[in-house]
Amino acid sequence: LSHLPFCFFSGSSPPICRPCEVRTPASGRGSRVELAAVMDEAGSSASAGSAPRGGRPARSGVFYKFTQQDLPAWKPAMTPGYVIAIFLIIGIIFVPVGLICLQASNRVAEIVHRYDIDCVPDAYRSNKQAYIKDSSISKKCIQKVKVQYHMKAPIYVYYELDNFYQNHRRYIKSRSDKQLRHGLQYTDSSCSPIERSNGLPVVPCGLIAWSLFNDTYDFTRGSMGLMVDRKNISWRSDREHKYGKDVYPFNFQNGSLIGGGKLDPDIPLSNQEDLIVWMRAAALPQFRKLYGVIEEDIQADETITMHITNNYNTYSFGGKKSLVLTTSTWLGGKNDFLGYAYLITGSSSIFLCILFALIHVKIPR
Amino acid sequence: MKRFVYINDESYQNDYCDNQISNTKYTLWNFLPKNLWEQFRRFMNQYFLLIACLQLWSLITPVNPASTWGPLIVIFAVSATKEAWDDYNRYISDKQANEKKVWIVKNGARKHIQAQDIRVGNIVWIRENEEVPCDLVLTGTSEPQGICHVETAALDGEIDLKTRVIPTTCIGLDSEQLHKIKGVIECPIPDKDIRRFDANIRLFPPFIDNDICPLTINNTLLQSCYLRNTEWACGVAVYTGNETKLGMSRGVPEPKLTAMDAMIDKLTGAIFLFQLAVVVVLGSAGNVWKDTEARKQWYVKYDDDEPWYQILVIPLRFELLCSIMIPISIKVSLDFVKSMYAKFIDWDEEIYDQETDTPAHAANTAISEDLGQVEYILTDKTGTLTENKMIFRRCCIAGTLYGNESGDALKDIELLNAVADNSPHVIKFLTVMALCNTVIPIKSPSGTISYKAQSQDEDALVNAASNLHVVLVSKNGNNAAEIHFNRRVIQYEILDILEFTSDRKRMSIVISDSQSGKIFLLSKGADEAILPLAYCGQQIKTFVDAVDKYAQLGLRTLCLGWRELSLEEYLEWSRLFKEANSALVDREWKVAEVCQKLEHTLDILGISAIEDRLQDGVPETIEILRQSGINFWMLTGDKQSTAIQIALLCNLISSEPKGQLLYINGKTEDEVARSLERVLLTMRITSSEPKELAFVVDGWALEIILTRYKEAFTELAVLSKTAICCRVTPSQKAQLVKLLKSCDYRTLAIGDGGNDVRMIQQAHIGVGISGREGLQAARAADYSIGKFRFLKRLILVHGRYSYNRTAFLSQYSFYKSLLICFIQILFSFVSGIAGTSLFNSVSLMAYNVFYTSIPVLTTVLDKDLSEKTVTQNPEILLYCQAGRLLNPSTFAGWFGRSLYHAIVVFLITIHAYANEKSEMEELSMVALSGSIWLQAFVVTLEMSSFTFLQFLAIWGNFAAFYVINLCISTIPTAGMYTIMFRLCRQPSYWITMLVSITIMFF
Repeated sequence: LSHLPFCFFSGSSPPICRPCEVRTPASGRGSRVELAAVMDEAGSSASAGSAPRGGRPARSGVFYKFTQQDLPAWKPAMTPGYVIAIFLIIGIIFVPVGLICLQASNRVAEIVHRYDIDCVPDAYRSNKQAYIKDSSISKKCIQKVKVQYHMKAPIYVYYELDNFYQNHRRYIKSRSDKQLRHGLQYTDSSCSPIERSNGLPVVPCGLIAWSLFNDTYDFTRGSMGLMVDRKNISWRSDREHKYGKDVYPFNFQNGSLIGGGKLDPDIPLSNQEDLIVWMRAAALPQFRKLYGVIEEDIQADETITMHITNNYNTYSFGGKKSLVLTTSTWLGGKNDFLGYAYLITGSSSIFLCILFALIHVKIPR
Repeated sequence: MKRFVYINDESYQNDYCDNQISNTKYTLWNFLPKNLWEQFRRFMNQYFLLIACLQLWSLITPVNPASTWGPLIVIFAVSATKEAWDDYNRYISDKQANEKKVWIVKNGARKHIQAQDIRVGNIVWIRENEEVPCDLVLTGTSEPQGICHVETAALDGEIDLKTRVIPTTCIGLDSEQLHKIKGVIECPIPDKDIRRFDANIRLFPPFIDNDICPLTINNTLLQSCYLRNTEWACGVAVYTGNETKLGMSRGVPEPKLTAMDAMIDKLTGAIFLFQLAVVVVLGSAGNVWKDTEARKQWYVKYDDDEPWYQILVIPLRFELLCSIMIPISIKVSLDFVKSMYAKFIDWDEEIYDQETDTPAHAANTAISEDLGQVEYILTDKTGTLTENKMIFRRCCIAGTLYGNESGDALKDIELLNAVADNSPHVIKFLTVMALCNTVIPIKSPSGTISYKAQSQDEDALVNAASNLHVVLVSKNGNNAAEIHFNRRVIQYEILDILEFTSDRKRMSIVISDSQSGKIFLLSKGADEAILPLAYCGQQIKTFVDAVDKYAQLGLRTLCLGWRELSLEEYLEWSRLFKEANSALVDREWKVAEVCQKLEHTLDILGISAIEDRLQDGVPETIEILRQSGINFWMLTGDKQSTAIQIALLCNLISSEPKGQLLYINGKTEDEVARSLERVLLTMRITSSEPKELAFVVDGWALEIILTRYKEAFTELAVLSKTAICCRVTPSQKAQLVKLLKSCDYRTLAIGDGGNDVRMIQQAHIGVGISGREGLQAARAADYSIGKFRFLKRLILVHGRYSYNRTAFLSQYSFYKSLLICFIQILFSFVSGIAGTSLFNSVSLMAYNVFYTSIPVLTTVLDKDLSEKTVTQNPEILLYCQAGRLLNPSTFAGWFGRSLYHAIVVFLITIHAYANEKSEMEELSMVALSGSIWLQAFVVTLEMSSFTFLQFLAIWGNFAAFYVINLCISTIPTAGMYTIMFRLCRQPSYWITMLVSITIMFF
């Protein structure tokens, strides 16, 4: 057995020597050794001098703490208690919000009337395209709806298209914002394929404008006409900044193929509100666009007669057309989705909260 | 192949390169093409370039090309600028070196020229403290003995002074003659071995002898060394420019790739394949839908006859839509966080060595994650585990053991008395200690003597001898040495030095006593290299016992011996020695053979025992790292018993009965094979027992094993957690690292000396200890630290955090890109599979490079567990080692998460914003905001600790999203004009956002 003097320091603390055990293979027995003999050499290695050194950051301050990865930090621990509490809070907030949303949605009175099939005369039912393409046939169509609920003004009139892809890559890009704002000298290739017609630029160019929706609606209540306000149906910002006041339709729908509606060449684009509404492309294949606003209340059980001019061709691709009369709340039109989403989220939160609480009580960690 | 250098001969035209040093990678003209070429060799960059080019085709691009070109150009510009800056700095330093003025001899007169104009054969003059401009063969110095001192730190990192000698044939030339000498130097073609220079010089008449005189590395001044303590020196340029030893050894090190990088590359590849599949499926579906449905939709106005390439348009659009699946920002983000990890290592005060004023340094900034995945640590012993501060502790002289009681021979009264009594054995012993070395004594003006030694052992011996009153006072060149002993001055002439080599394991010196004229051979070396040389009849048993005893104490032993030589014997041998020394081929071997002829029948004087203390905290460090599942192999050049002793001391192995050592030894192949077989068998049987097994192998057996029984040894390496390899050479160390690497282990090699460099370079991670053996290892290493114990913090804290952070960052980068991409794909199902982009160009670009990249960068500050917890529970490192945080299954988790989140965000958006609200710009912004809200909460949820910087980055970024979009909403020409204001006024928008984020809890 031999004795070996030895000692270990942690470099930072003051140099206090603690005797430590050293094992030797011969015996495996520990032997305590005092450190006096090696103090002289050891002293230097354990010196914890805190003298300032040049070039290294000062030993305080935010930057120093940052360099030492030692910034004060908030360490939230995801304990079961926290998790249960979070779910409980979500549940408590979400269920009422869901109910409020549902209630708002339920307050909305809405009439949706699909007319694209009903407006085709029986003779053409099997060949609707022939009907819509034949300009000699009158497109007038009268539909009647019975109002179930009291509708409080303002009542919004929307037309709804379904299976109409305004978001198609080829369609949505085919427009020129510059031209709409500044006029025909800005016609560019972004409008293709409706860019020029008969060698002259088209204003407004592009597929969107070319396919302008052109069904029209009038309403009567009994024998009285029902005023539909068609002003200010587009965004004010669009009228003022996106469409030029001195840009007039030019060479529009003059080609061999006529798309949708025509425009009055004497009205500047900034006043062509139907166009402006239409040009706000929809992101989904089913969408509604504002047609006008009725500023009168409609009583329950009243019958509204709708005078429709069924010009627009959705028959070639099986698109549906509907007319929508609806009131509005702080949340918008009728839409139960948010209400149900909140209710489902909130109730499942509460369910999970109870579940976790039970687990936690049964098997506490 | 040889090179003939004609000294100072203008008429001799050689076509060797001039002395223009060029370390630059680029020139002004080839920078752009070369740099671009290098950058485009990366697969990711090629991919992004292809995407960017496709985007130029306006028919197919869903977004503005700027959304890819912008980030791409920024990324390229950043890396190009970095390269250019580095290269410019290299150019500046080259220029300085090249334009430095030096004195050379031209037409017999000295001339001042620029360093770059030096040609091979020129005679170059250097003054004190000047840098040597090219590789020179020394021909003259200011010192009459023909020596000079050089500092070679720039070359090999060793900070001590080295002596250089002029060749014998040039001795005695005065400076006038040095201007005129002519001759020829026959030297090898340039190589990078800085320890070898086997050449000859022959001076032409009228200069004295026409003999061939051998040249060694000791006769050279190598480029980048500094001349010290010598007024001037001159030499013949033999290698210039990039053909110098330094220039040749300058190589571009192979870039190291971390396990995580490899995994990220693999996952990128997988995502790329997934993307191709999506493109093919959606592209075909899009074409089918187009032909069946879209042609009926008159408002889309498809032409009936289209060019053939129209069939490609929709797939290519999807390719571009999906191109963001591979995040363009990931490389920049990774580079940023990696350099932050490296900075944190550099800054860390806790791994700053106050004793030597050495901060830790990460030379390789790219591999910090690997630190957390280390499975094997291969460590050197001397200087790494130990302090390499050699202290003479004990000795055994003529059978008497000194220093047993106090543990310090210098304080042993018996020894002091023996010295005082002029005990002949003791005096001889001390004389050998003082003389048999290559130490240079340096006398300071105040009269104290300090020693410059190349080896720490010699330093310890000389210092001990001087403490025992045998003081080496001066040594002039290799000729005369002066020793003071009890006020007596004894002069010796050093005749020859038989140098130490690792094969011979001993060195000798031939001296003649100036008074008596007697010639002595003084030898010292390892016990097994000296003891067999004892003269017949000498009782060496006491010495063998003493060696054993000292080795058990973990002391380093040296055996000292001497012999008196007869003049005839010496002269006879001297001739052979000279011949061998001038050999051009196999010089080392021939010299060794000649040396052996003199080193025999020695009178063994005694054994010296030198202590090399363990560094502070080594056992604890090893203990903790072993707990964290890291296996340790100790590779040392030291002898077996010392190695085992140190291993026991530092917890590397446990003593019986807890641990067991298995020895692999043997001299012949059969013996080694049998031994290996036996050890392997024991290993297999006991691998289930909780016994700590370790095997011990020595260099000789290892050589046989590595050449013949590699497979069995590989199996052993896998089974064994601990191994001690002693007497191994540097190349064997590297071979062992390679072997472990071939078994797919992450290896870390740590060492401090030049002999560890190869192992450090070979390993996945090389750690150098900037120690007493110079900076050579630290320079070659990826990380350099001051003390071994810092390794614990380097691995457990820096390595582990780096791994965790990169694992999160890289997977998150894919998650957020996939999220936005899945939303785009889902949108394509409601937009006629035509490849419409839901998001506009600005949003897409900002989403990728801004909104989602900035918050996650603060992951560099994230700490999942406190440093204390980690160091107290080192087992936790197993998670990193096994790669539990970044592997295909965790990635699949993130993939699923992004798909789930995308579906929920999309469904909520299109249902909440249905009917009259389904305006394109609004809906797009709702979906984008939903993603941004989700991101902010996902990052918050994934981080474990929040400093103010994280709060700032996450919520500041969140606020910035609104500020930026509100700003864009004020620009009338922008597509988004007024959109954000509208949304912010709608209660349904905020209600939608709130419900979007809660989904991450489910």
